Amino acid sequence: MDCAMLSIPEHRKISPMSLLQVNDLHTSFHTRNGIVRAVQGVSFEVNKGETLGIVGESGSGKSVTCFSLLDLIPKPPGRIEAGEALFGGKDLLTMTTAELNQYRGDRIAMIFQDPMTSLNPYLRIEDQLIEPLLIHGKADKVSAKNKALEALKMVGIQDAEKRLRHYPHEFSGGMRQRVVIAMALITEPDLLIADEPTTALDVTVQAQIMELIGDLQAKMGMAVILITHDLGLVAGFCDRVHVMYAGRIVETGNTDQLFRHPSHPYTQALQRSIPSLRDQRVRLDTIDGAPPDLIGQIQGCAFAPRCQHRNDSCQKDPYPELASTQQPEQASACRRFILGELSLDHE
Amino acid sequence: MSLPKSIDKRSTLPETFEAGHSLWSDARARLLKNRAAVIGGVLIVILGILSFGAPLIAPYDYAEQDLELGPTPPSQDHWMGTDNLGRDLFSRVLYGGRISLSVGILATAVSITIGVIYGTVSGYYGGRVDRVMMRLVDLIYAIPFTIFVILLMVLLGRQFILLFVAIGAVEWLTMARIVRAQVLHLKQQEFIEAAHSLGLSEMRIMFRHLIPNSLGPIIVYTTLTIPLVMLLESFLSFLGLGVPPPMSSWGVLIKEGQEVMENYPWMLLFPGSFFAITLMSFNFLGDGLRDALDTRASKD
Repeated sequence: MDCAMLSIPEHRKISPMSLLQVNDLHTSFHTRNGIVRAVQGVSFEVNKGETLGIVGESGSGKSVTCFSLLDLIPKPPGRIEAGEALFGGKDLLTMTTAELNQYRGDRIAMIFQDPMTSLNPYLRIEDQLIEPLLIHGKADKVSAKNKALEALKMVGIQDAEKRLRHYPHEFSGGMRQRVVIAMALITEPDLLIADEPTTALDVTVQAQIMELIGDLQAKMGMAVILITHDLGLVAGFCDRVHVMYAGRIVETGNTDQLFRHPSHPYTQALQRSIPSLRDQRVRLDTIDGAPPDLIGQIQGCAFAPRCQHRNDSCQKDPYPELASTQQPEQASACRRFILGELSLDHE
Repeated sequence: MSLPKSIDKRSTLPETFEAGHSLWSDARARLLKNRAAVIGGVLIVILGILSFGAPLIAPYDYAEQDLELGPTPPSQDHWMGTDNLGRDLFSRVLYGGRISLSVGILATAVSITIGVIYGTVSGYYGGRVDRVMMRLVDLIYAIPFTIFVILLMVLLGRQFILLFVAIGAVEWLTMARIVRAQVLHLKQQEFIEAAHSLGLSEMRIMFRHLIPNSLGPIIVYTTLTIPLVMLLESFLSFLGLGVPPPMSSWGVLIKEGQEVMENYPWMLLFPGSFFAITLMSFNFLGDGLRDALDTRASKD
């Protein structure tokens, strides 16, 4: 896949492998205090069957990007200002709700952060599992129930026959997330958007859930967009990664490159803030400062105020667009790196 | 406590969990532990049977006069005595209960239906829709109830059905506010977001996910609204705006009794106590339901 196209949104080449192509997405929230530009011109592509990681800290716009695709941002105050999201050649962003409902939960499914609140507390698991099948007309009630049983077994829940009759509060957090995954995958979607699926879970359960998603992905061949702030999760799971900061993608590349040859100081700083198991007595690096206020325009590179490699022109020049680096498939929005003034490789 | 004799590793769940415990069954268990609520519920059922079975149970017709007899104190023939016109008070209380309870239940049903749908729509769409809808509620709240009813009666004549309309038109307002607040809270929960992401239509989200999850407060408020409506009905009857004679409601009977209470106290005492017991029962049941259904509010 030609990554240079990321820097040229007008480029409309759709490769046969392309499943979803997002071009120049702008989403903002019109609040009383001003317009919060949560996503400012994000473009990316997801291929069939691949796993794309979107990494960034809280407020970087990673969730808003994906919520915008399925029209899940609260409106008002949210507003999708511009852009397109081509899924199978059709633009998700210009669809009516009824048209979009044909895709939601059928071809594109989503799992959320908090399994404790992502199931309806008053409905049996069974009734919730079969709902996507019924509303998309994929099965009648009897075969839907069989499929629900299958799905529950597939996500590794013991006593699935009995468990179908249970209510969400009778499941633990990890189990609920399994149910949520079963519900999302029951229609065998082409794309699964996982919004921090393990953030609310224990570390051991996290690993199990990620393993489960990986197994099911291999089995069903769907593409996954994994939204997370956990670089460790990305390293073990994703083919390609986009790093987001202040509503823009600042670096893209395949996972391996990203860790070995980061091309943006922010990516490097994120990596340094991962606790290491080897050097236990070393003080953990943190990134000084806080993400910028997204109300109003930011002059120059948004990361510059926190960047240890910045120079004067970083904050004066207009925002640097993503540009290809020496590495294949890699692009960076760091002006100095592109100009060759900077080397961020690990020693 | 004895330890289980054998631990079967496959059955990880106790037998009682077999069918799954809904939050409703938990609430039912909590409700049944509340003695006042259970007694209230039982009394309501008994009063309901007596009132709605009035044609079968009542020894006399409610309009059957015996002018020679006149008002008599309770006796073997007339358990609760008779009124000025020699009508059997027991029969009149039963028939009166039928009217009072019907008004209570029907007007409440009307107001709940309007209130729930209005509140759900307002809370679900939010923003400008919500602001306009809620200002309308505020506006109607500001209309003085008594004047509104009297105007209705003057314009449209004294009709039984108007009682429902008048009471229903006022009572749905609070329901709408309660449901709206509940929906605003539920809307933030991820299962509603998940429902959107699964491609559910807005109607389905509202009726399958939002309203069932608001049922707790709705049920509680319903049981508390019924006595309120009955009280309103008796208030209107007291003003002479209630059901036309010879039909009677508890409000009408209490009014008649109050006029002659110095000479014939039983005419006030019996309908009065039936009414009081009913109101108390509903309130006990409502409080019990609130404690059982809304675990957050039960801590007071």
